[in-house]
Amino acid sequence: MPAIRCSGLVKRYADVVAVAGLDLTVATGECFGLLGPNGAGKTTTIEILEGLTEPDAGDVELLGMRWGGGGAADRALRERLGIQLQETQLADKLTVAETVRLFRSFYTSSHTVDEVLGLVELEEKRAAWVGKLSGGQKQRLAVACALVSRPELLFLDEPTTGLDPQSRRQLWEVIGRFRAAGGTVLLTTHYMEEAERLCDRVAIMDHGKGIALGTPRELIASLGAEHVVEFALADGAGRAPTPEELAALPGVQAVRPGPDRTALTVAAVHRAVPALLGLLERRGAELSMLATHHATLEDVFVSLTGRQLRDA
Amino acid sequence: MRDHPLVQLTLARMREFYREPEAIFWVFGFPLVLAFALGIAFRNRGPGELKIAVLRAPGDSVIAAALDRSPALAAAVLDSGEARTQLRTGRIALLVVPGDPLVYRYDSTRTESRLARLEADDALQRARGRPDGASVRDERVTEPGSRYIDFLIPGLLGMNLMGSGLWGVGFSVVQARTKKLLKRFMATPMRRSHYLLSFILSRLLFLFLEIAALVGFGWLMFGVGVRGSFGALALITVLGALSFAGLGMLVASRARTIEAVSGLMNLVMLPMWILSGTFFSYARFPDAMQPFVKALPLTALNDALRAVMIDGTGLVRLGAPLAIVAGWGAVSLGIALKIFRWR
Repeated sequence: MPAIRCSGLVKRYADVVAVAGLDLTVATGECFGLLGPNGAGKTTTIEILEGLTEPDAGDVELLGMRWGGGGAADRALRERLGIQLQETQLADKLTVAETVRLFRSFYTSSHTVDEVLGLVELEEKRAAWVGKLSGGQKQRLAVACALVSRPELLFLDEPTTGLDPQSRRQLWEVIGRFRAAGGTVLLTTHYMEEAERLCDRVAIMDHGKGIALGTPRELIASLGAEHVVEFALADGAGRAPTPEELAALPGVQAVRPGPDRTALTVAAVHRAVPALLGLLERRGAELSMLATHHATLEDVFVSLTGRQLRDA
Repeated sequence: MRDHPLVQLTLARMREFYREPEAIFWVFGFPLVLAFALGIAFRNRGPGELKIAVLRAPGDSVIAAALDRSPALAAAVLDSGEARTQLRTGRIALLVVPGDPLVYRYDSTRTESRLARLEADDALQRARGRPDGASVRDERVTEPGSRYIDFLIPGLLGMNLMGSGLWGVGFSVVQARTKKLLKRFMATPMRRSHYLLSFILSRLLFLFLEIAALVGFGWLMFGVGVRGSFGALALITVLGALSFAGLGMLVASRARTIEAVSGLMNLVMLPMWILSGTFFSYARFPDAMQPFVKALPLTALNDALRAVMIDGTGLVRLGAPLAIVAGWGAVSLGIALKIFRWR
């Protein structure tokens, strides 16, 4: 039995379709990522799954149960879930321990306050007011409130958005420990690095639809090449090569012209780059920028939508 | 037991309250400051000496001397320009113009002026030899219960119950909603009834402190007693607190922002601050308004509180005002639960 199964999810708001027919299956023990730019429908999707938003159409099944209108059955399902919401601000004037204890009181079976503070490494802050915590500590506290119920299924909505790299890595470790203990995770993010690092599988969302699904490796492999070469030309010098000319270069799989730079997906950097430089020299064009990197999920998103993820 | 959600929610409510120094001041300090200031300003010191004047003219000094002999009057002799100004600005209550006949110039709509006219006439007639027909003796009483402070303390109690009920519930609910904390709670198995009950419980716990502070202060500073039973007083305040908590829940049931709920609160409270007889008797409003004024929950609560504290009335005879208070609470809470926005 999958941990999450949903099909045909649709959610419309007054003037926008937030989710336009989404199917997902998340296996027990899996870490599944919903990826996409802001406004892609990730939060609406996760809140429908969490039973906080009523879908206009579609079917949701969590841990073999369905949401049923707020009664005892729903509470029984909520006992088994851990939820962190994107925008929640916990009460500033309660301490860390008081906050965890409050959330703990809602569940019949749960970790002790000390256990869960240990899980998120906030023991030293147990007597501090929530308002005095750093952004990363607040986020770990939010995850602590989600973990306190010993959930089987953990929902995290952009858990690391706005955090510094160190805080982000600390949260990744928390998630890693939860998974190591057999938990299932569904998270949303717009950090590709995070998805590649944490997720067994990802679904890339855009305009309320899933546009790609697979392991990060599969998705990157679908580009047909593992490297990306980006370059930009200095103004006014020579004639820029056309996309057709670039595509004809050895080792180049795809060409994505952009407003300020052109990206080439290439199988072999050592063959494509000298060829590119030779072409530019023949044209008399001058480079203002040249960079190469391993292909990422970001490149997958760009190749699917033609837009950058961050500013899409 | 300590880990029952209702206990934890109530504790969270109370912690958030007492860790907010401003809230402490508005709930506990402010009513005391108000009671103190008003109690001092309107303390019963009697009317004192009334300031009057005699217009400078032949014979003025004789008249002024006769007037000064009355303990209730202080007379000065003034030129006509100065006299006119002082009379107009109310610094003197009455101007006596010497002559035959004597002229009393005063504003007959001012209580002080009419009093001054009676005193002045009495003093002058006696000075001219009018005999007193009967012998009299003054017996002065200052009855606790009839002073302004006795009227004020129950009113402040009622106003405080309204304010802390509406703010205490309404503000916290809307704050939890804007911070998406309400939504976060909805993502747990928490029972909604526990959430709402925690507000009522924390209100009741603070209520006793509020009442003790205000009633204790009135008693220590001004000797304002409670003539009726403390049991009746406690019951009425509990009912009042519950009723205004219900009203607070209604006011907060839909609002998404602090600004919106603050506006609604003032809309609800402002008419009652003025109309419900907190600082002065609502009998001053025209007859046509009386049914409306009496239907307000704060009016009914103030009436009941005064009946117990000043007159010592028993609960049985307070059925009508208490029914109004309870009715407001029950209807508000009923509507609030129907339309409450849980996210």
